[in-house]
Amino acid sequence: MKIKGRVWVLTDKSGNLINDIDTDMIFHNRYLAITDINEMGKYALDNLEGWEDFSSKAKKGDIIIAGENFGSGSSRQQAVDCFKALGIALIIAKSFGAIYKRNAINSALPVLEANDVEILRAQSGDVIEVYTETGLIKNLNNGSEVSARPFSTVQKDILDAGGLLEFAKKIKE
Amino acid sequence: MGKTIIEKIFENHTEDEVKPGNIIWLDIDTRTARDFGGPNVVKKLYEYYGEDVQVDDPSRTFFTFDTVAPAKTIPYANNQHFCRQFAKKRGIKVFDVDSGIGSHVAIEKGLCWPGSTFVGTDSHLNILGAVGAFGQGMGDADIAFAFKTGKTWFEVPSTIKIIFKGKPYKFPVTAKDLTLFTLRQLGSKGALGRAIEFYGEVIDNMSLFERITLSSMVTEMGGIIGFITPDEKIIEHFKKVKNNPEIKPVIADDDAEYEKVIEIDISNLKPQIACPPKPDNVKDVREVEGITVDSVFIGSCTNGRYEDISLAAEIFKRFKVKEGVMAKVVPSTREVFGRLLKDGTLDILYEAGVIVSNPGCGGCASGQIGMTGKGEVQISTSNRNFKGKQGDGDTYLASPVVAAVCAVTGEITDPVEFLKQKGVL
Repeated sequence: MKIKGRVWVLTDKSGNLINDIDTDMIFHNRYLAITDINEMGKYALDNLEGWEDFSSKAKKGDIIIAGENFGSGSSRQQAVDCFKALGIALIIAKSFGAIYKRNAINSALPVLEANDVEILRAQSGDVIEVYTETGLIKNLNNGSEVSARPFSTVQKDILDAGGLLEFAKKIKE
Repeated sequence: MGKTIIEKIFENHTEDEVKPGNIIWLDIDTRTARDFGGPNVVKKLYEYYGEDVQVDDPSRTFFTFDTVAPAKTIPYANNQHFCRQFAKKRGIKVFDVDSGIGSHVAIEKGLCWPGSTFVGTDSHLNILGAVGAFGQGMGDADIAFAFKTGKTWFEVPSTIKIIFKGKPYKFPVTAKDLTLFTLRQLGSKGALGRAIEFYGEVIDNMSLFERITLSSMVTEMGGIIGFITPDEKIIEHFKKVKNNPEIKPVIADDDAEYEKVIEIDISNLKPQIACPPKPDNVKDVREVEGITVDSVFIGSCTNGRYEDISLAAEIFKRFKVKEGVMAKVVPSTREVFGRLLKDGTLDILYEAGVIVSNPGCGGCASGQIGMTGKGEVQISTSNRNFKGKQGDGDTYLASPVVAAVCAVTGEITDPVEFLKQKGVL
């Protein structure tokens, strides 16, 4: 699968990738009572300094690039679903919190780990191409390339099915 | 290349290539849900697969009601009964509110066994590493999937080998002190996303209840699971309850590849205590002696075994609970409760002024017993002291012996000095 899209690089004021973005920064606990996925998008990242207006800027098909340990903290599913609601096509991070990664895969949000993502020299607004089978990521604005860990078979199967519980229907048939 | 314990267990339960970092499909021998999480598992099964949904294998699927047992609120009663009705229609056995903590019931009844795979909605299910089984707590979507398919996906973790050096501890120092001391060395991220294997003379000497204590707190070290290679006694137990002479331990290869090896010297192990508000905020008990104690809670999946409560009874048969202190004991299972009842230990606890409840999780899950009020200082034998976990008060984590001594003196007290002064040691 090839994913092409405009990127949002989650950097701080000095332009460095932000590490340890936790689930309260992604989807704050004051919104936890919200259960309708369509309502969740507008709160995505609204507790991350400098990114409070993310939901109004993001468009369907956009890609997020983040630092280490993205999605650490609680197990709340909303921290994944808020990006699905916005139509985010892919999240690339240097690494993910374990539960976040599990939740993202289970709900069919594509996630990729690219430890050397800085090599892309990507700026918000650049367009990148990602080949999920090989893990190759290309920055179309400056031609630089980096390898991520490709999707595992499991991740691809769940993604193709549209989520873990949809996948269960397939393997029983 | 040799394999670690988790790699060998996984290889016996998958067709995928098992190596650290790979995500594999894992066959799950036993699938469970408790009264916390279980109702959402059932709701998800109905939502995705309809009212007539069947599970993959009812004979390997169980409910274990342990968090609020028996239900103390109407919503909990509704949730439990919702699961009961689902289970009854499908021939799924329910270990109901009289049974006790699910992970302990699994060990006693043989729902797990060395080398088996086991999932449920309890984040401390990795306790099963104490008998060399793979146990894992998961969210409701994952467990619904396991109920429906008998499988789960899992990223193979690398393994850290921990070797304890030095002479084994002896009373009044216990496995809980060793566990807290290990957490003190590793910190809350020391085993993040990794499996652990524990070795050393002290481990070889540990009985089941002590192994349970150590494995139960790998969660607090950030780990996936902590394995202890089962000894002959543990294998015999499972052969007997499973009526299966074939049960064997899964043992790591001599040339297994570990991410790192950590040696921990325990020659001078002293009673340990985890101060609020984090389990890894561990100190020697002596460093915090004198703080007034309002209540103690002895129980939980970490320290609710028969032998744990017997250790506390060693103190309570000599000294009474200080007036004004609440001492609460919650046996982990019905079997534990029965042994305490029949051999007179409950008598000792009663005479000393201890409150004993029916088996279950107790205060850890906002359950029936063990909650604290604002400003209350509690010594708890459980595994978490995060703010609000066991009520509004301040929770210190310690061994059953430390907790019992604190109940007697009404302040944080090192049992070694106390017992020496009283001529017991």
